[in-house]
Amino acid sequence: MNENFIQINGISKHFGNVKAVDDVSFSIKEGEFFSLLGPSGCGKTTLLRLLAGFEYPTNGNLLIDGSDITALPPDKRPTNMVFQNYAIFPHINVEQNIKFGLRKLGLTDDEIKKRVNDVLALVKLEGYEERFSGQLSGGQRQRVALARALVRQPKVLLLDEPLGALDKKLRDEMQLELRTLQKEIGITFVFVTHDQQEAISMSDRVAVMSEGKIQQLSAPNELYKNPENIFVSDFIGETNFLKASTRSKDGDHINVAIEDLGDFKVKNNLNIPENSSDVVCSVRPESMMISRDKSDWDICLEAKINQTSYLGEMTRFYVEVSGINKVITVSSQHFDNQSFENNTCFISISLEDISLLQKK
Amino acid sequence: MFQAWRNLYSKSDNAKAYSLLSPALFLIILVMLIPMALMLSFSSFTQVSMMEIDFTPTFQRYIDFFEKSLLVSLLIKSVKISFIVTLITLLTAYPVCYYIAFYVKKNKMLWLVLLTLPFWTSYLLRVFSWKIILGTKGVFNSTLLGAGIISEPLTFLMYSEEAVIITLTHAWAAFALLPLYVSLEKIDFSYIEAARDLGLSKFEVFWKVTFPLSLPGVIGAILIIFIPTVGDYVTPALIGGTEGRMLSNMIQAYFGKINNIPLGAASATIMLTTVILITAIVSYTTKRLTQRLS
Repeated sequence: MNENFIQINGISKHFGNVKAVDDVSFSIKEGEFFSLLGPSGCGKTTLLRLLAGFEYPTNGNLLIDGSDITALPPDKRPTNMVFQNYAIFPHINVEQNIKFGLRKLGLTDDEIKKRVNDVLALVKLEGYEERFSGQLSGGQRQRVALARALVRQPKVLLLDEPLGALDKKLRDEMQLELRTLQKEIGITFVFVTHDQQEAISMSDRVAVMSEGKIQQLSAPNELYKNPENIFVSDFIGETNFLKASTRSKDGDHINVAIEDLGDFKVKNNLNIPENSSDVVCSVRPESMMISRDKSDWDICLEAKINQTSYLGEMTRFYVEVSGINKVITVSSQHFDNQSFENNTCFISISLEDISLLQKK
Repeated sequence: MFQAWRNLYSKSDNAKAYSLLSPALFLIILVMLIPMALMLSFSSFTQVSMMEIDFTPTFQRYIDFFEKSLLVSLLIKSVKISFIVTLITLLTAYPVCYYIAFYVKKNKMLWLVLLTLPFWTSYLLRVFSWKIILGTKGVFNSTLLGAGIISEPLTFLMYSEEAVIITLTHAWAAFALLPLYVSLEKIDFSYIEAARDLGLSKFEVFWKVTFPLSLPGVIGAILIIFIPTVGDYVTPALIGGTEGRMLSNMIQAYFGKINNIPLGAASATIMLTTVILITAIVSYTTKRLTQRLS
């Protein structure tokens, strides 16, 4: 397995004064399901278009499987793309759409027929050969776009928010299906999305982007459990931020004073310096416990429930702790919006669940 | 009574549709169907003398038309001139529209307005202005004479087929711009990117994707130019001379100074039929062409 299958070396892309991609370097492994995740305008789509050859970088170079593709036009690259709107040619039918990219590969008629049949079976669209784009549902169009790109057997498949236009149920199904498909055919997928849940559930690794830069590149569980900065912590899942300042270090732990709460010793994974006031503590809503009675956890606070939202599999509580001028979000699977009388409760936090992050 | 009528009206979609269409239908019947019926019936009569017409129905006028080689050659010439005008207009307007649709980022509307600006003046004025440009003492000749490139004014510029083609091309170009622009503007750029992504060169992308997708506009432009120019009468009359004369000028003469109204009516009917046939052929072949290309 090639660890540096796609190499992105110091890539920048400027549009006028806007730095869409700002000096980004990383590698993607062969056969990996890799996601570029970030809010709109973070540069993820530009980076994908740079890989596809629709844009050329202002600086830096791109390598796929050892060869420099920086200056190659899209038709000369070993990549194929699934477009956000699918871009199924409306003037030709499904079969002709899929065959569209094959004529330049120098295949015989039999080989073309076999490839088309195989790929139609792969995306479960047998029998739809004669249909036109206008006669297909959103999900079917997406499958055609996938088939059309895969039939060329690219080294890398680029996907630009392909699930964005589908409804929730279909999207969940397609997430699983795409993941299975990728493992089955084993080619490298580079997937662009703004949906953190989508990126986390499908990818081997995720690069979180913001303002043209990579904020963190790691496996999905790392991203969630050990965010490296406030942006990632905030963007992936939900969290509560508490103002704090650091005191003295103690091995791999550090003493912090959390505003309005007191002094605690927490783990210091990011090696944040002593006596810094530019830090925050992040606590995930589901890592806290809400209860009727006082607990013996590291931190236990009496609180008043402001509002609840019942979500079925869990309930989210928005609570106010006396002395803390901030609404804290706690979620629970045990209690629901009917569980607390007088809206009084206790919330408990374990010090292990506090991540210390540095402000930029 | 009124109530009953209202009930019928609100229940029937057909009644609504026809009442909305009725002003247009009335106008079409009055200014299109009746005159055409008159023309068809006139084409079956016989002009006996200057003032006298024999109303016995006959097909003889149509036979007369095809026996007069002048009329047949004028019909062919009309179609030929119109065809060349359409072709030149398409070849010049298409790239311009392509540029505006895909490369102009801001103020597309301004570009279109500027391109159609000359067409805010009347058709006649534009025809006359070509007379000033192409004439023996016109802008073109005096410039060339002044520059010493020619010693005698070029006479073929004026009162010729070429002059008619140039004038008609300029006169109708704006009408080709709009349908072409609209059909190109509608093409999602991701189709073009997708085709590039699937291994096609820029040239192939144009023939396999962009051009087929813009065909509705191309057909629109062809018909919008071909239909009015084939029967144009003003330009050949003012600019064409004897060389550039078209069938419409002859038809006008039959209704006017030659005074053979039945033959004129038959010629007009034959011309109309020709235009309808050509229109049908163009629509059909372009549809086939789309399928062939892709």
